[in-house]
Order: sequence, then C-alpha cells, then structure tokens
Amino acid sequence: MSAAENKPRRDGASARRTRLRHLLQGWLAHHRLSAADSLARVLDHPFSSALTWLVLGIALALPAALTVALDNARALSDRWDSPAQLSLFLSGSVSADEAQALQAALQQREDIEQVVFVSRDAALAEFSALSGFADVLDTLERNPLPDVLLVTPLPGSDAVTALYAELKGDPRIAEVVLDMAWLERLNTLMQLSRRVVLALGSVLVAGVVLILGNTIRLAIESRREEIVVIKLVGGSNAFVRRPFLYTGLWYGVGGGAFAALLVAAALWFLGGPVTRLAELYQSNFRLGGLGIMGSLNLVLIGGLLGLAGAWLAVARHLRLIAPR
Amino acid sequence: MITFDRVSKRYAEGHEALSEISVDIRQDEMVFLTGHSGAGKSTLLRLIMLIERPTRGQVIVDGVNLAKVGERGIPRHRRNIGVVFQNHQLLFDRNVFDNVALPLVIAGYEHREIGRRVRAALDKVGLLSKERALPVTLSGGEQQRVGIARAVVARPRILLADEPTGNLDPLLSAEIMQLFEAFSQVGVTVLIASHDLALISRLRHRILTLRNGRLVGAGS
Ligand SMILES: Nc1ncnc2c1ncn2[C@@H]1O[C@H](COP(=O)(O)OP(=O)(O)O)[C@@H](O)[C@H]1O
Ligand SMILES: [Mg+2]
Repeated sequence: MSAAENKPRRDGASARRTRLRHLLQGWLAHHRLSAADSLARVLDHPFSSALTWLVLGIALALPAALTVALDNARALSDRWDSPAQLSLFLSGSVSADEAQALQAALQQREDIEQVVFVSRDAALAEFSALSGFADVLDTLERNPLPDVLLVTPLPGSDAVTALYAELKGDPRIAEVVLDMAWLERLNTLMQLSRRVVLALGSVLVAGVVLILGNTIRLAIESRREEIVVIKLVGGSNAFVRRPFLYTGLWYGVGGGAFAALLVAAALWFLGGPVTRLAELYQSNFRLGGLGIMGSLNLVLIGGLLGLAGAWLAVARHLRLIAPR
Repeated sequence: MITFDRVSKRYAEGHEALSEISVDIRQDEMVFLTGHSGAGKSTLLRLIMLIERPTRGQVIVDGVNLAKVGERGIPRHRRNIGVVFQNHQLLFDRNVFDNVALPLVIAGYEHREIGRRVRAALDKVGLLSKERALPVTLSGGEQQRVGIARAVVARPRILLADEPTGNLDPLLSAEIMQLFEAFSQVGVTVLIASHDLALISRLRHRILTLRNGRLVGAGS
C-alpha cells in the first residue's frame, strides 16, 4: 500500500475521532441541559411539585420507618440478658473436680459468655431454703439433685441450637434443658413483622412508581407538541425520553429526601420519651435512626423509583404520539 | 435525489391518497407540488419524511431506499431533511435562538458551533436581531422565517415545505419563495407543496400537479 493511499485514510480516522468526540460532548451537553431544564420545570411549579414530593415521601417513609422500628426492636431484644439459658444437668458419676474442669472448658468457648457452676449441695440448700420443705428434705438419705452448669450463650448468637445439640452428646451431661420457647416466639414474630414490612413496602413502592408514572404522563401530555416537533426534526426516542427521565429522577430524589426527613422527624419526636422509658428500666437504650447512609440510600431508592416510573410512562405514552 | 417509483398510499380508513406516483427530482432542482386540497401533496411529503410508509412502490431519497430504513433509522434520515410547515410548528415557550438551535442540539453539535450556525441561519432569513425574541412577539412572516432558519440550520441536502406561504400575504409570500430559491442555488434540493398557483407559476421551476392522488401533466 503506497503512502498516498495511507494518508487520507489516517485523516479519515482522525476526523472520525473528532466527530465522535463532538458527538460525546453533544450528548453530555444534552444530558446537562435536560437535567437542568427538567429541574427548572419541577421548581417552576413549587406547589404541585411539593405535593408530589410529599406523597412520595410519605409512601417511602412508611416502610423505612417500620424497618427502623424493627431494627430497634432487634437491638432491644439482643440487649436482654440470657436470651436463652442452657441448664446442663451433669450425670451422677461426674465428680466435683470433673464438673469444674468442664466448666473451665466451656468458659473458653467463643460462643459462650458465662458458665456458672451450681453444686448439688448448693442446689439442695437453696431449694430447701426457698421451698420451705427443709424438714422433709432432711429426712432424705441422699441428695437427689445433680450438679448443674448454667450456660449463658453470647447474646445474639444464632448458634444456641447447635450448642444445645453438641452439649447433649456429651457423656458427662445427663440432660440439657433449653428454654427457647419465648425466644422462638420472638424470632417468629420478628420474621413475621419483616414480611409484613416487605409486603407493605412492595405495595407502597408500586404506588410510588404509579404516582410518578402518572405525573410523568401529564408532563408528556403538556409537551405533546414539542415532542412532535422534536421527532419531525430528527430527534431520536432517547432524545425525547431524556428530559422526562430526569423529571422522574428529580421527583423521586425529592420524595426520597422528604421521606428521610419524615423518618428523622418521627425519631426526634419519639426519641425523648423512649430514652426516659428506658431509664425507668435502668437501661441506656437509645433509639437508632436511619443514619447518613440510610438517608442517602432512601434518596437513592427514591431516585431509582422515579426513573422507573418515568421509564414506564415514557415507554407507554411516547409511542402514542405521532409521528413515530 | 428523490425518486418515487410507482408509489401508492392508502390510509387505513380511506381511499387511495396517492396512486402510482413515479417521479424523479434531481439534486440541483427546485420543484413545486400543487393540486387541490386533498390531492395528496402533504401525503407525498410525509412519505419522504417517513411519517408515513407507502402501501406499494418505492421511495428513494439520496440513494437510500426508504423501505430499508427501520424505525431506529428514522431520526437519522430526518436529520438530512429540512422541513418547513404551514403552521411553523415553533415551540412557543422558547426564544427564536433556541427554536432554530433545536436540530443542532438533536444532532449533538457543541455549544459554540451551535451559536455560529444558528446566527448564520438567522442572518440568512434576516432575523439576526430577533434571536432573543419569543415567537409570539413576531409577525406571521417572521415566524415562518424562523421556521425556515430551523429547517436549514443543520445544512440538510433536502428542503421540504408544506404550504409555507399559506397564511401570508402575496408580498411576504414572494419574499419567502426568494429565500427558497437562494437555498436551491447553493445546492439544496427543494420541494415545495403549494396550492398558490398564481405565485408559483411566476417562478420558473418545474411544477408537479396532483389530482386525486395522481400526477397529471408534463411535470412527471
Ligand atoms: N392521517 C390520515 N388518515 C386518513 N386519511 C388521510 C390522512 N391524511 C390525509 N388523508 C386523506 O388523504 C388525502 C390526501 O390528503 P393530503 O395529502 O393531506 O392532501 P393535501 O395536502 O394535498 O391537501 C385526503 O383525502 C385526506 O383526507
Ligand atoms: Mg396538505
């Protein structure tokens, strides 16, 4: 291939690069323009926009607030002492020394917070003192009670059941008693609540998307002529879509921010009384909130839902506007 | 530049708006399309712009068979064609500059280039001083000139106009036609639908006459 043939080709490539760069710049410029223009349009109608934000904010705040409430309930239940205590009744053949060795071994474990040894003699003494059957018990030749280890697992560890199964297999231990019923009941209740929040959240999220879809539909209607003109002079579907997607984004972001504010306000409102209540129970429990990340997430979710709603509306309604 | 090969168009709910149209328009030509109201003038222009598709026959524009242009290719196709409408189709919430700039924004031109080209186009139609004006503050003739500036700003190879002088008095109409002639002279293919026979017969260009959807006379 001769140099004469090469040169124009290279020029062609660089011209194409320049063209591509210009296209990219133009594309970015239109994104900026659409974003700014859509925001200006949203702010141009402060009353109706604020109303939209409020509606979206409430719809998003409800599931967010319930999630926060559940998190607090979990934090609270984790703080309760001995969520499940295991009572290990040692078999009669285990000597006091062996019992104490077992106690020490258990105490080393990661998943156990505390092990208390209650010797059979101590247990009998306590029982006779508390029951008032001291006379009867005195007549017994033999102490019928076994040595007991009271094991407190680390709070919040889900491995209580596994620990239970493991200890049950130990030959030194005659019986393991685990009072889990109330813990299971609480867990089930929490799971149920989570489901309810999830279901409610899904319904409300669908509502948010529909509300936004409708708002965007109205925006599309009001700019029908503009859309026709843009299509006539060669605007692509993406070009026509862009400002409406940004409109949806702004509504969604505003709704998310509003929701974060509502949740924060509710927590501020409840925080004082909750702290006082906790103090009455000698607890230093404080209500936890969304935090910065949670609030940002809420805004992000709002924005995504806004985009989704706008996309639905745009996909449905732009097609109906001639010319295609 | 524009070729119709035995093109017919039947709207879903009606009779044939165009029947067996065959015509060839060269690149350097300026052609008038005339005929009674309902003759099919707008339909013919709509076929070129791909607002409608022919029922039978082929339309070839700038070497491209439009039957091969899919939905996604339509925007790009339209960017090569400037259009002027009878009712201007201006955006009334934007000023003259923004209206004229629209095709350039769509085509993705950069900011400075847009400014240059919009001013050049406004200069050509004699509205450079009105770039910040809103369309409602302009007269009918001025609005139509804004429409023309928008049609030519991206320097399309083809310029279509549907009754561009429909609402204007004879003097303004003649001015508008002169503008179109000027664009024709710099190599733009111009096709103008108009029923103003008195006006167009004074300008010596080819005239295509439609009657009930058929081409009549020597024009074809
Ligand atoms: N969208 C449409 N649907 C159905 N019929 C149409 C449509 N547009 C035009 N027509 C019919 O097609 C014929 C030609 O119309 P048109 O091309 O607008 O004529 P002109 O522009 O010459 O007045 C007319 O009979 C008109 O009623
Ligand atoms: Mg017409």
